[in-house]
Amino acid sequence: MSSLGHVTPQSRHFAEPLPLRSGAQLADYTLVYETYGTLNAARSNAVLVCHALNASHHVAGTYEGQPRSEGWWDNLVGPGKPLDTRRFFVIGVNNPGSCFGSTGPMHLDPATAKPYGARFPVMTVEDWVDAQARLLDALGIEQLAAVIGGSLGGMQALAWALRHPRRLRHCIAVATAPNLSAQNIAFNEVARRAIVTDPDFHGGHYYEHGVVPKRGLRVARMIGHITYLSDDVMASKFGRMVRNGDYAYSTQDVEFEIESYLRHQGDKFSEYFDANTYLLITRALDYFDPAREHGGDLTAAFAHAACEFQLVSFTTDWRFSPARSREIVKALLDNRHRVSYAEIDAPHGHDAFLLDDARYHALLRARFERIAHEADAPGGPPPRTAPEGTQRAPEAANV
Amino acid sequence: MSERKDMELIAELVPPGSRVLDLGCGNGELLALLRDRRRCSGYGVEIADDNILACAKRGVDAIQLNLEEGLAMFEDQSFDVVLQLDTMQHLRNTERMLRETARVGRIGIVSFPNFAHWPNRLRIATGRMPVTKALPYEWYDTPNIRVGTYTDFEVLARKDGLRVLDSFGIQDGRIVRRFPNLRASVGVFKFERSA
Repeated sequence: MSSLGHVTPQSRHFAEPLPLRSGAQLADYTLVYETYGTLNAARSNAVLVCHALNASHHVAGTYEGQPRSEGWWDNLVGPGKPLDTRRFFVIGVNNPGSCFGSTGPMHLDPATAKPYGARFPVMTVEDWVDAQARLLDALGIEQLAAVIGGSLGGMQALAWALRHPRRLRHCIAVATAPNLSAQNIAFNEVARRAIVTDPDFHGGHYYEHGVVPKRGLRVARMIGHITYLSDDVMASKFGRMVRNGDYAYSTQDVEFEIESYLRHQGDKFSEYFDANTYLLITRALDYFDPAREHGGDLTAAFAHAACEFQLVSFTTDWRFSPARSREIVKALLDNRHRVSYAEIDAPHGHDAFLLDDARYHALLRARFERIAHEADAPGGPPPRTAPEGTQRAPEAANV
Repeated sequence: MSERKDMELIAELVPPGSRVLDLGCGNGELLALLRDRRRCSGYGVEIADDNILACAKRGVDAIQLNLEEGLAMFEDQSFDVVLQLDTMQHLRNTERMLRETARVGRIGIVSFPNFAHWPNRLRIATGRMPVTKALPYEWYDTPNIRVGTYTDFEVLARKDGLRVLDSFGIQDGRIVRRFPNLRASVGVFKFERSA
């Protein structure tokens, strides 16, 4: 049950084109976002929550008239919750390219007056962060108390620390990685091929044909879902349970409960998610690699970060394993940045970051408690100065 | 024995302003003390969830790691001081951790229960394992799997090429420098790698 009550999304239009990593630009776009709580007079209590693959700006609360519309991180965000909206001004932004309101492939391309479809520019994690920064400019928020995200959202939190080092005091990156492994990219590629080879895909311009490549989306979601769960949790939830008590000796009907579960998840997903968005977001995941422009040296990549870091991983998460979080921790230690790291022994695999494990939430509660004290401190929070020689990211210059 | 008093005595060994790594930092009390009283910075390493939470509440940075897996995350000589207080006796790979301590820190500081403290000797003489304030467990449930003596540590330090800079015993919150192997329940060593 949500304790935040009813929330209402807002939107803001940006006329100035957003330059993208690819060299392309996103002309004339809209960002949809939600905010909870109140921005204090010092504007020091804002927390940005970054969403992962299939989530949105709807982080917490419910929509009026839609009783089962809790936000995706409602167990974390709300009055009295670990990220307490009585103390913080919490912002959730739908990333461009997504399919929940912000400008995406299903919207009209001003250049052609037709839906973007496959022509929507490829977005990177850094591009999203820049778009989020522009929204903060518009909201009059110079510096965030914290940026928090899990999985792909955690990558955005890290990118904030690297790209706009002085615009956040704390980076909380959960169940994330400094880049995707080959195995991870491989899973994404299987998902993309499922979508692209669906006859209803029409090279990404399926909107014009009035169809949706649902078969591809279903398979994409099924493979994704397998990687979000641990072997243990699948075993305990489904094991080898057979749907109808005994084998039906059919190769095509649902036999095992796990098949039924995956098909259900796939069906549900294909009803609301956009296929082009799925391609774009998995690509953003693939491309994220802050060490790349430093010759693969992650320590060098983090040299100019200026915030404090909290990393969290989950022991049974094999998609974004603890070893990947430790790589980030090491790079931060090498740079003598302030960093804490918790490895939560949870059975749920990658999904654990969305669940309310008591140890995990107690830790985030303690962290936010301290961040709130800083934000409320008379005279404002302690200044964050980047290490010597740090240049402010040019993207942040238009504040 | 007063743990807080012991901690304060050991904190005196840490040069002010040091960058410290506290292996087995517990609830972060020592790191907070070093931060508040001696302007030190650094991190703790802990395995237990409740201690990681306690550190977060204190605002002490802690890294959740199993020390048995080594300190691969930490570069050579990357800390002024590496502390290993009341931790060594819980580790299977005691000697390796001692070497790692000396690798990562310019100075190492360890403390551990001294098995040769006289009440332990008396107890052994009666044919039973000691159960004391410093070693409060029965032999069958003790987490102290590597009990040694003050003198044993001197031997190990020599073997591993560690130069002892200072050492003493602690008993009842007081430093013991005369016959510490007999008179102290806790041994403390400050050392560096021999060149």
